[in-house]
Amino acid sequence: MIPELGHVALILALVIAVIQATFPLVGSLAGGSGNRNWMNMARPLAYGQFTLLLIAFACLTQAFLTSDFSVLYVASHSNTLLPTLYKVSAVWGGHEGSLLLWVLFMAAWGAAVAAFSRNLPLAVVSRVIAVQGMIAIGFLLFMLLTSNPFERLFPVPVEGRDLNPLLQDFGLAIHPPMLYMGYVGFSVAFAFAIAALIGGKLDAAWARWSRPWTTVAWVFLTIGIALGSWWAYYELGWGGWWFWDPVENASLMPWLVGTALIHSLAVTEKRGAFKSWTVLLAISAFSLSLLGTFLVRSGVLTSVHAFATDPERGLFILIFLCVVIGGSLALYAWRAPEVSEGGRFDLLSRESALLANNLLFVAFTVLVLFGTLAPLIYEAFNWGKISVGFPWFNQMFLALSPFLALLLGFGPAMRWKHDEPMRILRMLWLAFALSVVVLAVLALPMFGARTLWVPVGIALAAWLLFSHVAIVRERLKNKRGLAAWVADMRGSGRSFYGMVTAHVGVALFVVGVTMVSNFQMEEDVRMSPGDSYEMAGYRFQFLGAEKAPGPNYQADRGHFRVFRGDRQITELFPEKRAYLGGGMPMTEAAIDPGLFRDVYVSLGEPVGGGDWALRLYYKPFVRWIWLGSIFMALGGLLAVTDPRYRTGRVRARAPAHAAAARA
Amino acid sequence: MPSPTHPIRSRGPSGVPARPTIRPAASRLSHRFAFRPPFWLRHALLALLLLGGIAAQAYTLEEFTFDSPEQQAEFRELIGKLRCLVCQNESLAGSQAELAQDLRNEVYRMMRAGQTQDEILDFLIARYGDFVLYEPPLKPSTYVLWFGPFVLIGIGAVFMVRALLRKKATPESDITDAERKRLQELLAADGGNTEKSS
Repeated sequence: MIPELGHVALILALVIAVIQATFPLVGSLAGGSGNRNWMNMARPLAYGQFTLLLIAFACLTQAFLTSDFSVLYVASHSNTLLPTLYKVSAVWGGHEGSLLLWVLFMAAWGAAVAAFSRNLPLAVVSRVIAVQGMIAIGFLLFMLLTSNPFERLFPVPVEGRDLNPLLQDFGLAIHPPMLYMGYVGFSVAFAFAIAALIGGKLDAAWARWSRPWTTVAWVFLTIGIALGSWWAYYELGWGGWWFWDPVENASLMPWLVGTALIHSLAVTEKRGAFKSWTVLLAISAFSLSLLGTFLVRSGVLTSVHAFATDPERGLFILIFLCVVIGGSLALYAWRAPEVSEGGRFDLLSRESALLANNLLFVAFTVLVLFGTLAPLIYEAFNWGKISVGFPWFNQMFLALSPFLALLLGFGPAMRWKHDEPMRILRMLWLAFALSVVVLAVLALPMFGARTLWVPVGIALAAWLLFSHVAIVRERLKNKRGLAAWVADMRGSGRSFYGMVTAHVGVALFVVGVTMVSNFQMEEDVRMSPGDSYEMAGYRFQFLGAEKAPGPNYQADRGHFRVFRGDRQITELFPEKRAYLGGGMPMTEAAIDPGLFRDVYVSLGEPVGGGDWALRLYYKPFVRWIWLGSIFMALGGLLAVTDPRYRTGRVRARAPAHAAAARA
Repeated sequence: MPSPTHPIRSRGPSGVPARPTIRPAASRLSHRFAFRPPFWLRHALLALLLLGGIAAQAYTLEEFTFDSPEQQAEFRELIGKLRCLVCQNESLAGSQAELAQDLRNEVYRMMRAGQTQDEILDFLIARYGDFVLYEPPLKPSTYVLWFGPFVLIGIGAVFMVRALLRKKATPESDITDAERKRLQELLAADGGNTEKSS
């Protein structure tokens, strides 16, 4: 009964999506100032859509919590023994459920736009919500036609198949929702862009409206990707934090374009320049999100033949992608040439720096896209089978990253429109000199850097830190020190400090990556109970392994004491779990985390006589990678709280300009 | 035993030498579907594929012994350069696939037979093609791969510089009267927006 209720809610949501995609839009295009009645439908429709999808989601969750195995999706992703937390996270542990989560989030973003954009012109809100309705139609149709989570199963099995053990983990329980919030959040930026193209009104006000939404989406995506990386690090049991896997790449591409977008939006908001470029980025960010979700779902990236396994889904995906991406690009091609590119600026100006930033981020995106698809391209053209993985991506990114880091120190120091080289020089020479000193000192042989990458990486991080200190100093120079800072934090300085925080996050990230890539240690050893093994100044004593039953698995739990010198610093209990539902045995690595190093033990296989094969890791500064990501996300949040996004109706600053755009 | 075989790393500090093995037993997922340890976003696909109750794959632990730590290091380097042929994105050093086990054994045999690293690599490339190398070699057929992105970026950079110069260019330079007139119209229309807007 309840699953049917959910099913009906989904169907009603589709009906609402159709109304949402048509009436408000048509109303906004009607003659004069539009049909207000039709436009006024937008907000209630957005709330209704959200409510219905919430009902559907609640129904599915209820089916999981009560282990209703008459629902096919529940039977294949849950089990009576599954802990409650994972029963909930199992809701999005499979294809159908994650699609439901996706549309639920999109409706949530739509409702949020409806609720928090009281100051926006009604026509803009109507169009934004209509565009979201169009996307929702695609997703809901896809679910109802090919991937219905409420499909019944008969005869009803006594027991479910269990959730994939890999997903029975806290990190992965919250990772997909974060990532989806990011992906789907870009649909708001996309909807704003399409709405602006439809209305022909691309001005600074448009950029200001979509900027906080885009930043929030970016924050979610940043956290989502970092969570995924953290999860892969501790759960997969082999100590890596990024693998250049097609699936990871699929989430990285929207992030890269999204990063370019939030920077480009800054130019459009402040200077009215790059307008059509910003719109193109907004379209690309969401298109790549769609591409990522769908291509991963359909498996085209993992296997070329995946479309054949479920031709119905594959075909639908192809058509949907073509309609969304093709349609929006066609609209762009039609409307963008009419957009004037305002704001003259010089070579040395913040506009130029941000344009260079955009070029680099788009270049990174091209690299990732190219590397991910290269094997497919080579196969398609019969150029032979090639392997594009870790080595290729690392080299390509290493070739470009230093330029980005170098630029990142200069960019925020520059003024809009025009700047003087001498002013920049005066502001930053000390920071630059100090970084060069760092580079020179670390390159000395006594620090044992085997490659030049270590001094270069650390010096670039130092450059980022020093230059931003100098930039903050410059801002507070002629003001009253701390009091000025407090005033800044209360007022419109928050976006500035948000930027600084995020950029310092980049510095932390660079340190983490540099250190862990160059100084990590890893040993594969076989140990008997009582054995000790020393690595990187830590002594690992293995006390043996014993059986440890879990709620839905049987584990072998190893027991280690870790010593530094004579002092015991921690005890570690890595596990190897065999889940009752079947599947591969899972490794639960045991990690002693620290700000400057992680000590990491992962249990391998018993090799007879109580001996175990083990992997020991020493990971210096690995936490800085995620710490840096947290800083980036915090920076984004700080920027969003800037009061200028909450001021009343945005003054139409450039009426003449808007008129030109409409012409 | 022809020569005293050193265990790979026998420096157990507590006097109890840990017996090292090359193949870690770090858990990896099934390679039956020829894919690598799945990652976060792949969960749906995974769940679909894996939940069919696949029995845990039998695990073979290999014990490689070497004449010297140098030889062991060389072996590690070599299997790091080679690719697991049936996995998605994994080096031979990291893979648990059966075929990877076989290939590792093969490499080990060749090494013990006294072949150099280059000889082994040449032999494997002749047998399996460039695909066996984890890092694609630089040669005409991979120029697209190694240089293609930079060509694209270069084109992007050219467009960027052109855009910058256009922004900077003064209207007086080499444009026709008609263009100048149009430009002036545009600039006039644009005038209201050049002030800083915050």
